Amino acid sequence: MAVTKVVMPKLSDAMESGKIIKWLKKEGDRIQGGDILAEVETDKADVEMEAFGAGVLRKILVPAGETAAIGALIGVIAEPGDDIAALVASAAGAGAGAGSAAQKTPPRAELARAPAPAGAASATASAPRPAAATPSAPPTPVARPAAVVGAPSAVPAGLGQGTQSGRVKASPLAKKIAAQTGVDLRLIQGSGPGGRIIRRDVEAAGSGAAPAIAMPAAAAGAEFEDVPLTQIRAAIARRMPLSKAPVPHFYVTSEVAMDHAWELREQLNTLEGQPKISVNDLVIRASALALLSHPGVNASLQGDAIRVFHRAHIGIAVALEDGLITPVLRDCHAKPLAQIAVEARDLVERARNRKLRAQELSGATFSISNLGMFDVTEFSAIINPPEGAILAVGSVRRVPVVDESGLGVGRRMMLTISCDHRVMDGAMGARFLQDVKRLLEEPLRLLV
Amino acid sequence: MAVMTYREALNMALREEMHRDPSVFVIGEEVGLYEGAYKVTQGLLKEFGAQRVVDTPIAESGFTGVGIGAAMAGLRPVVEMMTFNFALLALDQIVNSAAKMYYMSGGQFNVPIVIRGPGGPAAQLAAQHSQSMETYFYHVPGLKVVRPTTPMDAKGLLKSSIRDDNPVIFIESETLYNVKGEVPEDPDFLIPLGKAIVRREGTDVTVIAYMGMMYRAMEAAEELEKEGISVELVDPRTLRPMDTETIINSVRKTHRVVVVEAGAGFAGMGSEIAASVTEQAFDDLDAPVERVTGSNAPMPYARNLEKLKTPSKDWIVAAVRRVCNANGS
Repeated sequence: MAVTKVVMPKLSDAMESGKIIKWLKKEGDRIQGGDILAEVETDKADVEMEAFGAGVLRKILVPAGETAAIGALIGVIAEPGDDIAALVASAAGAGAGAGSAAQKTPPRAELARAPAPAGAASATASAPRPAAATPSAPPTPVARPAAVVGAPSAVPAGLGQGTQSGRVKASPLAKKIAAQTGVDLRLIQGSGPGGRIIRRDVEAAGSGAAPAIAMPAAAAGAEFEDVPLTQIRAAIARRMPLSKAPVPHFYVTSEVAMDHAWELREQLNTLEGQPKISVNDLVIRASALALLSHPGVNASLQGDAIRVFHRAHIGIAVALEDGLITPVLRDCHAKPLAQIAVEARDLVERARNRKLRAQELSGATFSISNLGMFDVTEFSAIINPPEGAILAVGSVRRVPVVDESGLGVGRRMMLTISCDHRVMDGAMGARFLQDVKRLLEEPLRLLV
Repeated sequence: MAVMTYREALNMALREEMHRDPSVFVIGEEVGLYEGAYKVTQGLLKEFGAQRVVDTPIAESGFTGVGIGAAMAGLRPVVEMMTFNFALLALDQIVNSAAKMYYMSGGQFNVPIVIRGPGGPAAQLAAQHSQSMETYFYHVPGLKVVRPTTPMDAKGLLKSSIRDDNPVIFIESETLYNVKGEVPEDPDFLIPLGKAIVRREGTDVTVIAYMGMMYRAMEAAEELEKEGISVELVDPRTLRPMDTETIINSVRKTHRVVVVEAGAGFAGMGSEIAASVTEQAFDDLDAPVERVTGSNAPMPYARNLEKLKTPSKDWIVAAVRRVCNANGS
């Protein structure tokens, strides 16, 4: 039987490395092709990693919690009789980079950080015996036993965890939330019994509000905190300048009369057994139809050619707690409104739950970003390369309007398209937008 | 649904099961002619005859042994303890025979017996007759232990206990016999053993209690609601096997736990639940698990001292305020 290398796959366009969240198979498990081996956190989402070969998962080289570069060997699938020693050695020795290095270091790092690692070492943690019990452990790191014991009683209630080392008293839940949100517990005053940090203290710190108990000015060092970038925020920080700097953006804005669309939507939403249609669904449908008529907008600069797409795969920007993700609704031009509504809702929900599959995160030919729910009149979005344009959608507002019959009240929505000037010109963007506007103002066109 | 007392619900369960299965019989002191010291077996002698409603001498070890033997031979006895404190006299039969027979006979004999009767503190029954006897039994592998809080639970759980193929300790309460509640008249109505119930939904703290303590906890929840503290009430109903899943799910929601029990706290149900919560939901806790238990003393006879020994609504309210870090602590 063949030996199958399990490597860190490229799960999204922008991915450079991936973190193993957890292995769903363990060493010794029999694997079929297509089995889910592990969950991987990429810069965009948490993604399931499939096995491509069959056999036994003989070796896991990158444990859960560690990061590996794309292509790095993270495991080996083989039959029990196969010799994999050379392969495993090559991974450990050769420049597998992040993968092998990361794999070697964690036990040490764990020990140095907190006196409660797994296994035998934990026995030594409470009683600070020298490291003789675990010969591989470095001699110094089982640190600070005196501080651990001494700190709580030495400190008056409510004051002072301070910034020096020493045990921080916090509830397990508070610690968990702090770890998730990147809040440094040493900088927080606890409002629980004996100064214990409890959930509300961490949440107050995380939201930037004042701590639950007002502190005197003595709170040195608490003026700011450095919240480490999450994978997704790091990806956004890396990618957006790659768009805004080299891609010459221009913007075209148009106001759309949404009265008919609003009415139609309300009628559709009274139909029993039909999916609920959102304004965004109408915009997706209208954009898809307009992209078919204006393929120049559904285009991407590829070196010295412009690639014009014949299908409209539309990215839908979804706001998350810690960033933004753009799942792709494929073949929008060929899908009726109801199907768009159902599939878009499903994508958005799974995006929020970080349950998207890798292929749902790439391949958009155009994107839509809608901030309508935030009562935004209009805004302009940054193009998500290699796409050629993105449509920014504002709120549907009731505004005074003047028409032939005089002054009345109407529903209006602002659309702003950001275009890559290397791919298209202002008139092209304007004609596209005009078409979107017409489709939304005569919304029966969205149904035929 | 009919509204009836806890006592009537138990009586209904016994009558229905005796109709359903001719191997079910009742045995104990004063269960026949006198119709039960607390009238739980009222009317059964008349309806089913002396073969199936058996009066015994005052000899708990003896008639419990008779019940265990009958169960091994294929019958389904329901043994009444006039009060559960008297089960101490039958402890060897229950612990060494009923609980272990299935194991020690290599599965040849199971013991489908129910031992039922009132237990826990009541009103001036003094030290020997006020004990929370469940603590003596739920430690024993092989026994199931049930404590039904409402009339509906009394019926549904007693019927499940009678149909269970293992020995079940079923402890009622003098103070609850006259409590009224809705009870399904359906003879097939059952409540499975080992299933807790959320009696009240809340978001800030989980209070776990059963029997009389659940009623105190309900009063406490009402009062705390006025202070803006939302209490979730969980009633285990079966103490062994314990439905930790329901408890843990609640803890994951509220992040704080108060366990209430009438008996003394040392090695009590509160300790057990606190250990389970710590093991399974440590990272969800925002405060230590707090226990509200009876004081560590024999139950006094004097009414004022009895009150001081037994957890009250106020004790529960104070404990909840502490774990919620609310004022008044």
